[in-house]
Amino acid sequence: MYSKKLITVLYLSVFLCLTTVVKATDECFEGVSRAVFKFNMVFDDVILEPIAKGYSKLPNPVKTGTSNFTSNIATLLSIPNNLLQGNIKQLGHATGSFIVNTSVGILGFLNPAEKIGLKPHKEDVGQTLGSYGIGPGCYFVLPILGPTTVRDSIGLVADSFIDPFAQITIREKELLSVSGNELDYFSVKGVAAVDFRSDNITNFNSLEKNSIDLYSSLKSVYLQDRERKIKNSDSDQDDWDLDN
Amino acid sequence: MKKLINFFLILIFLFKFSSLAAYSSDPKNFVYELVSEAIEKLSSTSLSKEEKVQFIEEVALGNVDIKALGLYTLGELRKSSGKQEVKNYQQAFEKYFLKSLTSRLTDYSSSKFEVIEAEQKSSNYTIIKTKILPDDGGPEIKIDWRVYTKNPDKPLIRDLIVEGLSLARTQKEEFASILNSNNNDIKILTKKLEDFANN
Repeated sequence: MYSKKLITVLYLSVFLCLTTVVKATDECFEGVSRAVFKFNMVFDDVILEPIAKGYSKLPNPVKTGTSNFTSNIATLLSIPNNLLQGNIKQLGHATGSFIVNTSVGILGFLNPAEKIGLKPHKEDVGQTLGSYGIGPGCYFVLPILGPTTVRDSIGLVADSFIDPFAQITIREKELLSVSGNELDYFSVKGVAAVDFRSDNITNFNSLEKNSIDLYSSLKSVYLQDRERKIKNSDSDQDDWDLDN
Repeated sequence: MKKLINFFLILIFLFKFSSLAAYSSDPKNFVYELVSEAIEKLSSTSLSKEEKVQFIEEVALGNVDIKALGLYTLGELRKSSGKQEVKNYQQAFEKYFLKSLTSRLTDYSSSKFEVIEAEQKSSNYTIIKTKILPDDGGPEIKIDWRVYTKNPDKPLIRDLIVEGLSLARTQKEEFASILNSNNNDIKILTKKLEDFANN
């Protein structure tokens, strides 16, 4: 019991050190990450991209419905995170959007919430920690899941504890008489990944074709995207000071 | 007679390239006119691939601040490298940039383009917020154009921020990684850019 507490304290200390001292552009273990990245690229070439290409040939209403369905489920994770961030406006958007789309929008396949002005941002624990001022820590690549940082990887684990969808599927708890299993969870996450990959076939091919070092390009894209999501802003702060 | 033929040749030349120099000096109109013409030309089925490449290169050379983009993407190394090394890098970067741009745009399909608003950041910069709606029903894409307005008569594009992701910053961080792995040797980066442009 005592040693478990000690491990937790040590782990949190290392986490805080890594997230405050280390810059996001710093690598945790670049050689390993590049090897994992190569594996992920093979996985993408052999499995994900062919499925995404097949998926992209489906009729638009099917693709839009699928995208709406997975986005609606992802909104469940945004609700507790908006609460933790104290973002009451977005909490209203996320909760309202989930209720309207699940009921009127037939389990989320339609998106009537958007038509009445409800536009929830996707929020996760990594973003919540970022909004508390916790830095990203060093960067590394996970097998299959792709780019991440120390903060975001811890957030990923924490997501499974506060996400109501993960609770009723992975942890098989019953919520409002609804329950599921691990297969439901991984099926929805898998479909969301295919939907995302399908939306980005051209963008990814273009980046792949025009990069001298694709690993670094994707790292930059990932870190910029996370920064933007934490700030909830699209504006570029770089001042391009070329005179000094 | 010869003078008359020369005069007509000059007229034809001026007419052919007039559109490239005729964009407005107002940043908002500048982006609108440039993109509208690009969409029209690049989605046209009557232009060959070579003509599209030529069009893209001419537009880029005349309206994108490639020199500044090259310096920005080089990062701090621009201050510590020798003049000739930076010059060689700049030449290689221009070739790399044009090849990369033409490769991205020649297969372009038609889209609807809309300028949302202009936000003046300083006397040197204006951000033009736009959105593109692909005709194939794909999702709307938000693009911000960083326009350099130090010379108010000749605005120049310095960066595109696509859905919050700066293309210049992505390029800069890619180059930084290459330099880090090669003892910050600008010559190796220059060589890699030349190899890309020549392949």
